[in-house]
Formats: sequence, structure tokens, C-alpha cells
Amino acid sequence: MPMRRWWNRAQALAGAPSLRGLSVRAEDWLQAARDVAAAGSRLLSLWGSGESRDTDCAAVYAAYLTDLGVLILQLAIEREAGGAAGGYPGLEEVFPAASRMQRAAFDISGVRSSDPDRRPWLRHGQDYDFVRVDGEGVHEIAVGPVHAGTIEPGHFRFSVVGEKVLRLEERLGYTHKGVEQRFTELPILQAHRLAARVCGDSTVAYSWAYCQALEGMSGCAVPERAAWLRAAFLELERVANHLGDLGALGNDAGFAFGLTQFSRLKEALLRAMSAALGQRYLLDAIAPGGTTVDLSTQAARALANTVRNVSEEATELRAIYDEHSGVRDRFSGAGRLAPELASRLGVLGLVGRASGQPLDARVDLPCAPYTELGISKVVQSGGDVAARVAVRFDELAVSARLLERIFEGLPSGEHIARVEPPADGAFGAGLIEGWRGPVLVALEAGPGGSIRRCHPHDPSWQNWPAIEHAIIGNIVADFPLINKSFNLAYSGVDL
Amino acid sequence: MLKTLRKIGSIGLVSEPPPAPDELLRLRRTLDTRITEVLGRALCIRHVDAGSCNGCELEIVALNNPLYNLEGCNIRFVASPRHADVLLVTGPVTANMEAALKRVYDAMPDPKLVVALGDCGCTGGIFGERGASRGRVSNVIPVDVAIPGCPPRPARILQGLLTAISAGVATSER
Repeated sequence: MPMRRWWNRAQALAGAPSLRGLSVRAEDWLQAARDVAAAGSRLLSLWGSGESRDTDCAAVYAAYLTDLGVLILQLAIEREAGGAAGGYPGLEEVFPAASRMQRAAFDISGVRSSDPDRRPWLRHGQDYDFVRVDGEGVHEIAVGPVHAGTIEPGHFRFSVVGEKVLRLEERLGYTHKGVEQRFTELPILQAHRLAARVCGDSTVAYSWAYCQALEGMSGCAVPERAAWLRAAFLELERVANHLGDLGALGNDAGFAFGLTQFSRLKEALLRAMSAALGQRYLLDAIAPGGTTVDLSTQAARALANTVRNVSEEATELRAIYDEHSGVRDRFSGAGRLAPELASRLGVLGLVGRASGQPLDARVDLPCAPYTELGISKVVQSGGDVAARVAVRFDELAVSARLLERIFEGLPSGEHIARVEPPADGAFGAGLIEGWRGPVLVALEAGPGGSIRRCHPHDPSWQNWPAIEHAIIGNIVADFPLINKSFNLAYSGVDL
Repeated sequence: MLKTLRKIGSIGLVSEPPPAPDELLRLRRTLDTRITEVLGRALCIRHVDAGSCNGCELEIVALNNPLYNLEGCNIRFVASPRHADVLLVTGPVTANMEAALKRVYDAMPDPKLVVALGDCGCTGGIFGERGASRGRVSNVIPVDVAIPGCPPRPARILQGLLTAISAGVATSER
């Protein structure tokens, strides 16, 4: 049946705008996925529950990003004799990105999909069976988990002939620290601090998504001023990360001048944020009910000035990048992810927008204040490093203009409201377009202000497998540049 | 090219002076003061993310921007533990990174210093010390200097690194 029928049967859930949930039977699980895919919708997240506090029921959840909103399907899984959770139909044939999420769901919750790849993803400790490439002159290069630079740990296995990459296989999970388990040990009104530390460079997106779910479940009305401040924080986070990436990308293309200039601009922005808000990265700036910090008119003006200057200088530097033949040569055509492939892989966020996938939750499923602000989408179709650089430059300019409007139009009033813990069994989800893409936090309340289950989801889950495709045919020496142009999360997906 | 040169000329030098060492950050003294006097003139750091959220990494990267002028303090990050004097560790150590961290430590030549960075590296932070998280760095390898903060500011990190290599006031001399 068409996707709309599933949507119509589902019930509204608390949190993100246009969010619905539906409990389905095992025979409908795969069919629903096919119908959702046929409507051109994306798999947003997949997670399980089962080995937490509530051990007598196991379940698997799939969240889909549709034209109508976010649809969360739940499938209850019966326990086998001996208490182990049973299986459920795997979604890999419909949504390739489901594979790793299903493997992680087994490692965390013990729910097993029927798909063939059953290698552990988050639980290390035994030898990992990499796919081998045979043929004359083929050899392997193993890199990581400890890398040469200051980046997060992960393992990359290249199969190469000469310098050309035939195949790349990623192995992640090194920063797996039991985040989902940890959530269940914290009070629901305090766990936004953990959400803020799932992925440190996207702290605003995660803490906002968590609070959005929680506030919806408790029926808390967030003051208008708090919503606007949150949007300011989110756009500042986007600008800061884009500045950092643009500098690092110039450096990886052999243009150290770019790193020096962009890192100087990023530092100027962080210092202005610190002066105005007391923090460089806004790790605890968002709390249930609103924001922990307010912005005085004077501080807003100073911050607005810095953002304007940074944006103007970035435009000036863009012209220098564009005119530099060496930089252009390295950026153009490197790590190309064609729009058709990006669509098939269900790629999200910034990387998707550089490969012709015009998805942006701030426009498609806007929460306050984006409903009033209005924002233009940035899309490129090249799919190469140059396109991902162009998206960053364009988004930086859009965010800078948006910040100007936010600082000018900041409504007066309170910046935080009181929140009561939601009722036992309440379920909700938050969806915020972070700088990498849509961040989803699904939250289920337990008794007495506790958490029964919390699943934070980073768009990097969908985008990591895309690097394995984008690198094919490129030379090994271009991998750092291509990888940086994606700049995906490790901690955010290792949980 | 002209635009690039003009930009370099118009910005000029932006580097700031380094902070003074802070003995409060020191947990133990491994090195003889005479060695630190020599080592302190040029230092190579190997960074290992043992399970961090990537917050501390942002500030380590910021240390390399022209304002903090890390290399101006004769400190630089190196790609191999074999070239390193100091091991800078972030994050609660995860079970999945424990073996890799120990191998990096073992691969470093003596004498070597270990600096734990951030609340997670110092105490396990919000992630705690159980299950998949082994917690603080000193649960896995010996630590000389611990720099708390979530994340600590770049100037504070620089201060911790300078403390690690400074002669300071040796406990035995007091």
C-alpha cells in the first residue's frame, strides 16, 4: 500500500514537528519499508531495545524521513527459549545504510536482523573478517585506529593496485563508551548534559534534539526567546565547524595559507562566543525548558559584528581558493559521489546537499523559530570535494545572514521555563538539522523521572558507507582530503 | 597570488605570548629536573583519542592556530609515537581503545611523559568507569599531568603541556 496509508494509521508523537509513530507486525515491517522507499523517503535511524532495564520486552525501531514528516515504526520482538531476543526481517535490501545500524542494534540490545552480515560492529575483541580483494598486484594498506593527526580513532582497510584504491572498508566503534546504557542511569531532566557530549562538535544539535523530545513529552512550552537563542547557537556551531573544515581542506590540498586564515577566523568567532555567552562550544548552553545563558543586547551586537566580519573575510578567502590553480586541481573531481548513488545510499545532510539531495530539516520540517525565519536551501550537484567545499561556503554565508536576522529580531521575555519529568512510558523524538545533517534523539521515559531508553542518531551513520564508494578509483594520497571533505563523526556513531 | 600576499601583509602577526606553567596540574614527577631542562627546549607530542566526544580535539586543533603559536613554543605534534616525548590522551579510555593506547605508550622511547586531557581523561567524566568505558587515563597507563575542563581552553592546555616539561620545583628539593 502507498506510504500515505502507513502515515494515516500512525499516531502523533511528542517532540519534533510532524512526528508520528506506529506499531507494526513482523509481516508488515519489511513491506512498510518498501512502501516508504517507493515514496522516495529516507531511513533516518534504526535502533533496538531489549537489554536495558525492561528485559521482558525487546523491540526494534525504524525512523523514516518522509515528505509528510518523521514516521517511527516499532516492531515488538518475541523472546526465544532461554530469554535471548529473537530476530526480525532485515532492511538492507531496501535501505543499504540499515546494515551497520542493525549490527549495532544487536551489539547493544541483542535484537538480530535476518540480514547476512552478522559481524559485530561496536563489540570488538575478536578478529574482524575484512572483505579481501584478490588479483595480481593487489595489496592491502591498514590504517588506524590511531592516526597521524589529531582526529578520532577508526580503522580503514584499503585494497590498492599501485596507488589506485580498488576498495575501502571502514571499521569503526573504537570510541564506543556505552552512551545508550549511560542514558538509562541518568535522571531525564539532567541527561541533556550527556546528549551534549555524544558528539562534541555538534553539541548544540544534540542537546536541542534531546530537549525538544523531552519538552514535547512533558508538555512544556519553550519561551519564544529560548527558541531564537537556540537557533543562534545552532547557526554559530555551523559557522564555526564550516570555518574549521574550510581551513583544513585548504591545508590537505597543500595550501597552508588557508588553514592559517580560517583557523584565525574560527578562533575570532569562538572568542566572541566566549565573551557573549561564556563558552566557546556551548556544551551546556541548552537545557530542558530553554537555555542556561541569555544574550544581552550589547553582547548580541558584538557577536553580530564578529559574525559579519568573519563572513566577509570568508568571502574574500573563497575568491582566493577559487583562483588558486593548485587548490582547484585537488578539489575538482576528487571523491565524487554521484547524485544517483547518493540517493540510493540514502545520504543525508551537507554531504547529500553536495550530491544533489536537497534535504534540510530546517526547511522541510522546521521547528520554531525556523518556521518564521525562512531560509534558502543550499544544493550543489557536483558531488566531489569541490562541491562539498562550495556547500560549506554557501551555508556559511546563509547562516551569517540568518544570525544577523536572529540577533536583530530576538524576542524579549524569559529564556527558560520550568519542566516537569514526563509520565512513565512517554515516548518522543527530537529532530534538529546540525551542521553535518539531521540529528535525531528518540527518548522513552521510565518511572520516577528516569530514562527507559534513549537513542541519539547521527547522520554520519548514513554517510560513512558513501565514502567507501566515493574513494574508488582515487589515489590513496587523496584519501585525507576526501575524508576531510565528508568530515563525519566517530564518537557520534560509536555511541 | 597578489590577493594572498596582500592578505598575509594586512593581517600581520597575531600570535600571543604563552602562559606560565602551573604546578597544580602535576600529578607526579617522572623526569629528573636536569632532563626536563634539556627536553623543555623542544618537544614532540603524540595525541591519542582514546574515546573522546571530539570536544577536546577541537581545542587541540585550535592550539595550532596562529594565535596560540604552538610551534613558537618549540612544541609540535608528530605522527609517530617513536618520535614523541609526550603522550597526550583524551577521552575516557574505551574498552575498544585500551590495547591501542597501551601499544602507543609502549612504542614511545624513554623518558616519556603522559598528559591526560579533559574531564573524561582526568576522571572518566560523564561517561563514568564501567562497562564499555574504562574511565580515566590513569586506569590504563601512568599519568604525569592532568588538565581538567570540558573541554579545557587552548591556553590551559598549553599551560599543562609547559608544566609537564618545565623543571618546576622538584618535590625532592623542597
